[in-house]
Amino acid sequence: MGKIKTPYLLLLPGFAFLFTFFILPIVNLAQTSTQTPVGGGDTGQYEQTFAFSNYINAFVENKEQFTRSFVYATIATVLALAISYPLAYAIAFKSGRWKNVLLVLVVAPFFTSFLLRTVAWKQILGEEGFVVPGLRTLGVISDSTTLTSTGFAVVMGMTYNFLPFMTLPLYASIDRIDPRTLEASGDLYANGFTTFRKVTLPLSMPGVVAGTLLTFIPAAGDYVNAAILGSPNTKMIGNVIESRYFKIVDYPTAAALSFTLMAAILILVTLYIRKAGTEELV
Amino acid sequence: MSIGARIYRWFGRNMIRVYAVFAFTYLFIPVAYTFVFSFNDSGKSNLVWKGFTLGNWQNPCGAPEVCTALGNSIKIGFLATIFSTILGTMIAFAIGRHKFKGRSSSNLLIFLPMATPEIVLGASLLSLFLVFKINPGFWPTVIAHVVFCISFVVVTVKARIASLDPRLEQAAMDLYANEIETFRRVTLPLVAPGIAGAALLAFSLSFDDFIITNFNSGTLTTFPKFVYVSAARGIPAQANVIGSAMFFLALALVIVGQIVSRRRKVS
Repeated sequence: MGKIKTPYLLLLPGFAFLFTFFILPIVNLAQTSTQTPVGGGDTGQYEQTFAFSNYINAFVENKEQFTRSFVYATIATVLALAISYPLAYAIAFKSGRWKNVLLVLVVAPFFTSFLLRTVAWKQILGEEGFVVPGLRTLGVISDSTTLTSTGFAVVMGMTYNFLPFMTLPLYASIDRIDPRTLEASGDLYANGFTTFRKVTLPLSMPGVVAGTLLTFIPAAGDYVNAAILGSPNTKMIGNVIESRYFKIVDYPTAAALSFTLMAAILILVTLYIRKAGTEELV
Repeated sequence: MSIGARIYRWFGRNMIRVYAVFAFTYLFIPVAYTFVFSFNDSGKSNLVWKGFTLGNWQNPCGAPEVCTALGNSIKIGFLATIFSTILGTMIAFAIGRHKFKGRSSSNLLIFLPMATPEIVLGASLLSLFLVFKINPGFWPTVIAHVVFCISFVVVTVKARIASLDPRLEQAAMDLYANEIETFRRVTLPLVAPGIAGAALLAFSLSFDDFIITNFNSGTLTTFPKFVYVSAARGIPAQANVIGSAMFFLALALVIVGQIVSRRRKVS
């Protein structure tokens, strides 16, 4: 029993678990994705025929929802970044002894179930809430315009729900910046904007990358916001996968869609990490 | 200096603080809404304000199913936390404390579940359970939760291990403590806050999970599932009571934790 064996013994139970309940299911899902219905069988019975055409059919049929998922997820991620960056900056540099309190406040909304908060948004933005009548009185929106059941509501819900995933990694990397580097930049006659662009932003890049990934990945696969705040016209790919599984019992298409989603996300993430030029993820 | 210039300067200096106040308002609007409507004398559907009552708080289990769902969520969260914290902590020690062949692929295996969309995790596990003719329900849900909690536990505990001063352990060894004693009396107490934080994180992830649970729980109701299903016809105010109570409970826990750790630092 030497030092070499210890790490493997420590890894064994956890990795055995992950292998059985993470890797194996993914492999199994890959198998399901190329199956076709058994001729003359009941609904929900499938056999392996290596029908890779499942992928093409699944994608062509649901191109619109795929595109929408990635567009919505991108907008939500950009909005979350725009809201979170100044917030994280303020907490890191401007909050003094309130720092810990403010950090707790960022996470605190999480303790109320996210579904309750999403339903709350639905009611706040709904016909009986206070926002719509207010905006109508001010003449910002017309009497026939609604806020719920729109793409706007879905994107807003996603931005809201994933905000702490963006704020916390941003805070972690901004907080590590030595304020003297910012002073030095000012001493060298850089104005506020140049200091931000040349010093603060590059130094906080690991946080930006981690935050965007932690927001974009769950947002692209989400279907809860679209189901609660959206309408049939704002369906995302998650909604399609869910209904293929539970309502239509079309496992192969659901599996093919899941794989396409995962592949698309992995490709985008890889390109993004290359571009952002950082390997430091977690 | 004119008043206009003064206001301008104040904004220049405090713009980011004003911005932060707006951001926090945005974060807390639905929480406040949920809390306010927990006092609504609403009957079945909690959509419109009908008057103030304490009745919902006095009888939080008043709506059918709501406390069964809450009970299930707590049980599942508890089990998922225990299993994922034990397995994840072991992995974190292996990766954080040892150099071995396959370390970077181990890191990848930990990263992958976090990079997989929840719907894919949930759907793939359900397919596996169906192949083995295991009916979705309580234990499949616990297993599913452990899968996505492990990675977060590993990352949290690993960060704590990385921040330890290695000289403390060397000192213990110099004082003739053997490896097991050093681990039990020096390393473990120092890593403990990280493990506690990871367990809290695992519990809140599990308690609040909807997508993976929806795929693997079958007819079992959890609290998020209850809210989702009743959202169509308006959720009962008792759900708002439970949501708000969880909020204050968690906040109290965090505050107590902060006070305890501050006292320790002082003494």
